[in-house]
Amino acid sequence: MLTPAPATSPAASPAEKLVCRNVWKVFGARADEAFAHLGRDPAPDALLQAGLVPAVRAVDLSVQTGEIFVIMGLSGSGKSTLVRCLSRLIEPTAGEILFNGQNLLAASEAEMIDLRRHKMGMVFQHFALLPHLTVLENVAFPLEVQGIDRSRREARAREIITLVGLAGREASYPRQLSGGQQQRVGIARSLAVEPELWFLDEPFSALDPLIRRELQDEFLRLQSALRKTIVFITHDFDEAIRLADRIAIMKDGRVEQIGTPEDLVLTPATDYVRDFTRAVPKAKAVRVASLARPDTPPDGAPRIPARATVAEAGTALLGGADTLAVVDQAGRIIGSLRREDVVTLILGGAG
Amino acid sequence: MTALPAPAPTIASPRLIWGIALSLAAILWLWGQTLAPFAFEYPKALQIPAARWIGGAITWLVKEASLGPLAFSDITRAIAALIDLPYRAVLSLLATGLLSGEGSSAVQLWPPLPWVAVVGLMALIGLYAGGLPLALTAAACMTFIAVFGQWQSAMVTLASIVVAVPLGVVGGLLIGIAAWRTPWLDRALKPFLDLMQTMPVFAYLVPILILFGFGPTAAIVATLIYAMPPMIRITTLALQRVPAEIHDLGRMVGCTPRQMTWRVLVPSAREPLLVGVNQVIMQSLNMVIIASMIGAGGLGFDVLNALRRLDFGAGLEAGLAIVALAVTLDRLSQALARRSRGPRPAGNALHRHPYLAAALALIVATTLMGQLIPAIQTYPEAARLTTSPFWAAAVEWINVNFFDTLEAIKNAILLGLLIPVKRFLLSLPWLAVVALLALAGWRLGGWRLALLTGGLSFLIAATGQWEKAMITVYLCGIASLIAMALGLPIAIAVADRDRAWTITRALIDTLQTLPSFVYLMPVVMLFRVGDFTALIAVVAYAIVASIRYTVLGLQGVDPRLIEAGRAMGCTDWQILTRIRLRLALPEILLGLNQTIMFALAMLVITALVGTRDLGQDVYIALTKANPGNGLVAGLAIAFIAIIADRLIHAAAEAQRRKLGLGGPA
Repeated sequence: MLTPAPATSPAASPAEKLVCRNVWKVFGARADEAFAHLGRDPAPDALLQAGLVPAVRAVDLSVQTGEIFVIMGLSGSGKSTLVRCLSRLIEPTAGEILFNGQNLLAASEAEMIDLRRHKMGMVFQHFALLPHLTVLENVAFPLEVQGIDRSRREARAREIITLVGLAGREASYPRQLSGGQQQRVGIARSLAVEPELWFLDEPFSALDPLIRRELQDEFLRLQSALRKTIVFITHDFDEAIRLADRIAIMKDGRVEQIGTPEDLVLTPATDYVRDFTRAVPKAKAVRVASLARPDTPPDGAPRIPARATVAEAGTALLGGADTLAVVDQAGRIIGSLRREDVVTLILGGAG
Repeated sequence: MTALPAPAPTIASPRLIWGIALSLAAILWLWGQTLAPFAFEYPKALQIPAARWIGGAITWLVKEASLGPLAFSDITRAIAALIDLPYRAVLSLLATGLLSGEGSSAVQLWPPLPWVAVVGLMALIGLYAGGLPLALTAAACMTFIAVFGQWQSAMVTLASIVVAVPLGVVGGLLIGIAAWRTPWLDRALKPFLDLMQTMPVFAYLVPILILFGFGPTAAIVATLIYAMPPMIRITTLALQRVPAEIHDLGRMVGCTPRQMTWRVLVPSAREPLLVGVNQVIMQSLNMVIIASMIGAGGLGFDVLNALRRLDFGAGLEAGLAIVALAVTLDRLSQALARRSRGPRPAGNALHRHPYLAAALALIVATTLMGQLIPAIQTYPEAARLTTSPFWAAAVEWINVNFFDTLEAIKNAILLGLLIPVKRFLLSLPWLAVVALLALAGWRLGGWRLALLTGGLSFLIAATGQWEKAMITVYLCGIASLIAMALGLPIAIAVADRDRAWTITRALIDTLQTLPSFVYLMPVVMLFRVGDFTALIAVVAYAIVASIRYTVLGLQGVDPRLIEAGRAMGCTDWQILTRIRLRLALPEILLGLNQTIMFALAMLVITALVGTRDLGQDVYIALTKANPGNGLVAGLAIAFIAIIADRLIHAAAEAQRRKLGLGGPA
């Protein structure tokens, strides 16, 4: 099998945008002191005995420049706390968080304000739009906070509102919009400052399924144009495999496994991950690149991107071809995909 | 079939505890007089001279206290100046016009706003905030004031409201924000706010009088103290309820703390904050009459004056003018709070601000026309109406024809009910009452509540006010019981009849905005001064709360339960007594609580008609400008209110839990 071409990371050597080393967050009275007494990696029981409730436990992860990194977990798994630790909205109890190599936990409040103003953006589950501002003013708000003058910030806001498909609604107030439209405003606002690092905290969870799907497509379209580094939180595994380059699965504050969707489906590291991925049709998670053979396809074979899922390849195979030509992002043929390999995977033979 | 395990008999069964406690109290009451005289009369030697301390403290504040080079009196003078300047400006605009010179030799350089302009402005605000119906309501209320000849006084009152409300809102907002930011300040402020809201206003009129002198400035300070607490509470609460995500948003876009407060949190809490503004307006209007005791002038002074002359008609008209003002300001501010902003209109200044342009045009036009046609400047005397003679005649007619009947009723109730209850309460040993209150607190809400109820009632005894407090309790207790006894059947009768409830609600809403003094006048005229008069006035004022809460409780009963009752074959009477009243009990208890609070508030005012209770003490202290006595008596009333409030709340809470109705509403 081919290792997936570094199609998702445009840089030749994948730069680490955000690195998280042994990050802990425990809640409780005087948590910092109490935690310091317990040593480097205290057991959950020891924490509970000290009156502390662990929310995030010894998390190590790194997010590559330009990738969509999804943190997946059920409610109470600590994913929301973790993402707030990453942006230091919540102060982690211990650990190191490096953003572009700079330790955020050592940054002063003024430095953090500066970083958040210029380098980070965040989308919220319940949109968090300011009710007293119009769409235009909401989107321009992060720029207003920075003291950018009205004409410049509004010009920039209009640009992004058009980008997210809300042109014409600039003068509306949030409550006059549907949920999907409100989240488009939230997305536009988070992009107004052209952040390097884009946090999305369950952005589509409050929307109904059809709108959710529509916004997921919209999100992928935006990302293909913008190439942001993204940390995306969700509790929906289908959403995770649809969007993610890599997924971290969290349970009880710990990261169970980090990997590409197909890693998780094909080689689950723990029983928990196995339970999670069992119900997922493999064709939806496994990418063409993993199933392709490194040989030359026959001339005129239909093309399929290496990044596409096997399920998407299935549609092309139904068109009648036996073999598909697998191409990388630049359009170069890098291998071939056979009908029998796809059938074997779907029927459960490959694994 | 196995028998259910019988509940183990416990020593702490409630009946046994109460039985023992009550018998102990009874024994003390019957035979304790000789054995333990200190239990009946708090020993003089151990009394806390709180009145003297407070009096001394205030004298010290005025004469000696200083903050560095600034004497305390300088600070009060600065505050007075801060209030006085805008007040003078607004007063000139609305009532007196621009004057040159002092007193009676003053010459009017420029007239005040013509009455037509003020009516028009109110209508314009109504149109802007709530459309045509509101505009008409506002205009009608203001015209009513003019027609009944109350215009000049009403404008004086409006001027003090216009100054007090923004100060109260801004002050409340700032203190509320500070309390929200610093938890210790919040904790420190809470009991203080409780006290401010339960203490009768009279009690702090005297210190204000001493610090700020007699006049509109002192009146505005008193109004601020009375009107600010709700705004502080609402601000803190509103900020606490801003969703966490909005906080996160503010921090993620890199707001400084200042930007966070003023650009993110306060605007997000806009709606509850506007409710607070409405509260400040209504509280300020409630203060109008009381504030006139320390020199506010205006409508309040007219009511007070009419009361002293026993001119019911004049008092009623001035009182209704206050109601008209209250209705106008209340509806306008509520509509402004609810108004949904549409897209911003584009175009030039005139297009963007059509209402402002119209208002300016109206002012200019009416001022110019007012110079030519006096009727536009001032409402013509000839077209005034008054109902005063009619009311005087009516009262006289009743007195001539029904004097004996009224006297008989009054005497029967006095001798049969009021005096026996009063004697009984006065004969109770204070020690037993304090102990029983503490026991009730412990049973209902644990040892903290016990400490509170026992401690506060002990303080009343220890400051030598037990007897007067008992008279207050007796009047307030009987009035509350009568109000409940009358209010419950009325509430039951109207609760499930939509039309009847709509009418009743309109009626009690009006009764509630009517200044409490207005209740006093007809009663005084029919029954003269005394406890009975006070009782009727208090009942009339407090019944509103008992009706409102009972109806709310009855309407809140789950209709499925009534259906279930009907399916089981309950009669209407059984449904009412076994289902609806049982489930509405927590609400009814809260109604009782409100009734007591209303009764206490009214009781202080009835001191004007000669009761012998704490209210009288507060009032006498006011006329003698004795701050210590006034505050101590006022605090005692506040303590009674707090004890009743906490006990009943705890009882309602226990009922709710028993019925599984969830937490407090």
